[in-house]
Amino acid sequence: MSLRDVPYQTAPSPLLEVRDLTVEYATATGSALAVDKVGFTLDKGEFLGIVGESGCGKSTLLFGIAQLLSPPAGITGGSVSFKGRNLVTMTARQLNAIRWSELSVVMQSAMNALNPVKTIGSQFRDVLRAHSFDTDIAVRSREVMELVGVDPVHLGSYPHQLSGGMRQRAMIAMALLFTPDLIIMDEPTSALDVVAQRSLMVQIKELQRELGFAIIFVTHDMSLVSHFSDQLIVMYGGQIAEFGDTRTVFDTPRHPYSRGLLDAFPSIRGPKVPLLGIPGSPPDLSDLPPGCRFAARCPSVMPSCTQTGPELYDVDQVLVRCLLHAPGQVSKEEVPA
Amino acid sequence: MNQPLFNEPFNEPFNEPLNSAANAAREDEPLLRANGLTRHFQIGGIFSRRNLHAVDGADFSIGRNEIVALAGESGSGKSTIARLLAMVYQPTAGEILFEGRPLSGLRSRKDVLAYRSQVPMVFQDPFSSINPVYRISHGILRTLKLHRPELDQAQRVAEAERLLTVVGLTPAAQYMAKFPYEMSGGQRQRIGFAQALASNPKLIIADEPVSMLDVSIRIGLLNLMTELRDRSNVSFLYITHDLASARYAADRLIVMYAGHIVEQGPIEDILAAPKHPYTQLLLSTVPDPRAPLADLAGADRGEPPKVVDPRPGCRFRARCPVAVAECATVTPELRLLGDRHSAACHVANATPSPTPTPTPTVPPTRPVPTNAPTHKDFA
Amino acid sequence: MATLFRAIRHNGKAAAGLLILIFFLVLAAVPDLIAPGNPATITNDVSLGISGQHWLGTTGFGQDILVQVVHGARPALLIAVVSGLLATVLSVLVGVSAAYLGGIWDDVLNLFTDVVLVIPTLPLVVVIAGYFSHHSITVMIIALVVTGWSFGARQLRVQALSLRNRDFLEAARVRGERRSYIIMFELLPNMTSLIVANFLGAALYSILTASGLEFLGLGDVNSYDWGTMLYWAQNQSALQTGGYVWAAVPGLCIALLGTAFALLNNAFDEISNPALRPVRRLRVAS
Repeated sequence: MSLRDVPYQTAPSPLLEVRDLTVEYATATGSALAVDKVGFTLDKGEFLGIVGESGCGKSTLLFGIAQLLSPPAGITGGSVSFKGRNLVTMTARQLNAIRWSELSVVMQSAMNALNPVKTIGSQFRDVLRAHSFDTDIAVRSREVMELVGVDPVHLGSYPHQLSGGMRQRAMIAMALLFTPDLIIMDEPTSALDVVAQRSLMVQIKELQRELGFAIIFVTHDMSLVSHFSDQLIVMYGGQIAEFGDTRTVFDTPRHPYSRGLLDAFPSIRGPKVPLLGIPGSPPDLSDLPPGCRFAARCPSVMPSCTQTGPELYDVDQVLVRCLLHAPGQVSKEEVPA
Repeated sequence: MNQPLFNEPFNEPFNEPLNSAANAAREDEPLLRANGLTRHFQIGGIFSRRNLHAVDGADFSIGRNEIVALAGESGSGKSTIARLLAMVYQPTAGEILFEGRPLSGLRSRKDVLAYRSQVPMVFQDPFSSINPVYRISHGILRTLKLHRPELDQAQRVAEAERLLTVVGLTPAAQYMAKFPYEMSGGQRQRIGFAQALASNPKLIIADEPVSMLDVSIRIGLLNLMTELRDRSNVSFLYITHDLASARYAADRLIVMYAGHIVEQGPIEDILAAPKHPYTQLLLSTVPDPRAPLADLAGADRGEPPKVVDPRPGCRFRARCPVAVAECATVTPELRLLGDRHSAACHVANATPSPTPTPTPTVPPTRPVPTNAPTHKDFA
Repeated sequence: MATLFRAIRHNGKAAAGLLILIFFLVLAAVPDLIAPGNPATITNDVSLGISGQHWLGTTGFGQDILVQVVHGARPALLIAVVSGLLATVLSVLVGVSAAYLGGIWDDVLNLFTDVVLVIPTLPLVVVIAGYFSHHSITVMIIALVVTGWSFGARQLRVQALSLRNRDFLEAARVRGERRSYIIMFELLPNMTSLIVANFLGAALYSILTASGLEFLGLGDVNSYDWGTMLYWAQNQSALQTGGYVWAAVPGLCIALLGTAFALLNNAFDEISNPALRPVRRLRVAS
């Protein structure tokens, strides 16, 4: 029995609701806080981008949502409500009913995620058989390959015989086999060249428009996701630094980290100006400093930043974790022209 | 102290003496020039030997005090060119001239070592390019030992600390004793630069030095490169797939596709008016978060081919929006189409080029190279 | 080095193995302190059981078993360590050279290694040992080294191959280092864990095979090594005549020493390959 048999609530509720999700890693010296009370909602058909650099916890967050964490990592708090049911408390059997048919995952490197000794077609068959008995395997396999723009003749090919872009497309096809409501993607374009990256993103967006699934897209490349996502989360040190409508976050970044990140992209058109980047490195997650985690590298740091950890403050519908935007705080920063 | 690059005359058809007249002629000679550089790899088993054409007929030059960006996707041949210049591979055909003298003339270990001191390399992966069992000073000290034999142990340590300061790792004494696992990716790449600088090089080959670093760290290293160009008179061959960073750091640009150079010239000229369709494609896919999105439809689906035993003709023709009949039969050659701006494309060659209007840039503030003594003049 | 000691301390298997090894090392170092007496002296106190005078009883020739066993530790350890060391050196030479030199050298050395690997060990060892008329420890060691290096050579070759494409080796080449320097000082230091694990494996193989040879009478039968004790015990039908201690104790020592090496071997495998280490588990809230 799958969730399809349960009648949905008539009132529109978000597809996915993550509340205060916390993930920790057990290390030799205690525990490291990889994801610290992250919460957001995702509606049906929405495209959410999660952006951050190495060590910010974005991949851990993703695996935490998909219930794919294994020791030494574990969820130590919070909930993940998918269509009204909490995934964190589900048993393996209940999760299996949801996996792939309603929630699927696309990994970073197809070469690592696909079985190198089996053909693409046989891997599709494994998935189809595992989750359903009545789907016509051959027909459905051809359908999804055509959806992603790969010649179905490649169902008989091995992964190493396909080019990088085609492999990633095959991964996405596999994720679409049951037309899930939510697809989680962990840096699916990182292993590709620039041109292939761009065409894959366009393809993903087209598929989303056609089939109406929601996407959570994790990447370290902010510019890549900027044109495709509806909502954007910027993560730093295991927390959400900024969360709002993509265009707003890009045009007027409010968190000093978001601003620094955007400024770190040299422009290809327009005047050439010297840039600074963000000096320093991300905090050690097993030994977090008191107060704001970005304080050590922040150009707009204030004395209170090292004592008080900022909450997420609402600024014009964008959530910003920065004391500069705390209610009652006189904003001293100027938005650059 | 200007040490001569080579210690003995080599076997050349014209064995001219190194007098001042010949030297004066060499002053115009670029620092490094490649003529028809070609490298093939044999693939396949005993029964089906085939040739992978990694690089074919590359002609380019690198001058003093300049950063040349070499851009292309995977399979373009850019990494192979790096290794040809670093003498990791021998060319299948063509030659490389450093300061006017061909590399094929380097026979003895001394000659090769002298060249290696002038043309070191910085690698892409900061996590595997430093030996994890030794402290980070190990590579720098070894380079000094090999290439600056006039220094004694104490002088080597002092010089290593000075180099760490130059690349921005201060306080240097603290860093000398650290192990690689204690340092971040950006810091490790700086050590790579320090190691390259240890031998007082004239040209550093940087093979995608920032690709594996976080975006916020990249700028720091690109700034380091431009600083070294201006202050230490070092040229760079900056290999990358990111045109935006190439524009930020480099003076000239070489674009490669499937083993061929398809366009080269001053970077602002190329970006303002790209002549080759591949350059145009590459430019259109560079995401600029601040700019509005160009049209999404008609996104190119192709990928660079693996060039095995190719027939003549343009290797981009399968993906080219403006390909003509000639493209399938005649391999285009690099033709000068503007001021020092050349491209290898039949269509671009035929079309009269409009005068490009370069985008307004902040004028570069680097000093004009003078004859003022640099740290290299003090042994 | 410090990380190595810390790793050994934290690993239960390594600690246990180390303790046993230290125990036997002490026996080998100062046997006379622990069990004074001459192990070879034949007396008339034949086949005595456990008593206050002879803690483990006597052999069929009247020799004190405890004295023999304690004095047998030194040759056992000597054989294990020396053969292990020599076999490891040979493994490293062949395996790492094959990997780094590549090409035709790799093919030739590989073929050689595979041929030696395939030859059945015990018969070969018996043949080699039997070829020499005078059976001494040196002969034993030669036989063990000749048959014991090939397995390690394969393992080391594989690891060297995986390290060969790491950038720091290419960086060393580009800065002008000689090939011999690169192999010795850049490549090998990265393989220490595996080399040590190899040594321990070779030592284990040596002690077991040496004891086997001695049991067959191919060792020095006038000595008092553990394997030789077993030979004489069997020769004198110890088990049938009630000499259980005589038959069991040497075998137990061989097994214990072998276990020590095996435990340390496993531990070093875990130390050098973090993927094999036991994973910590969190106390998960949900």
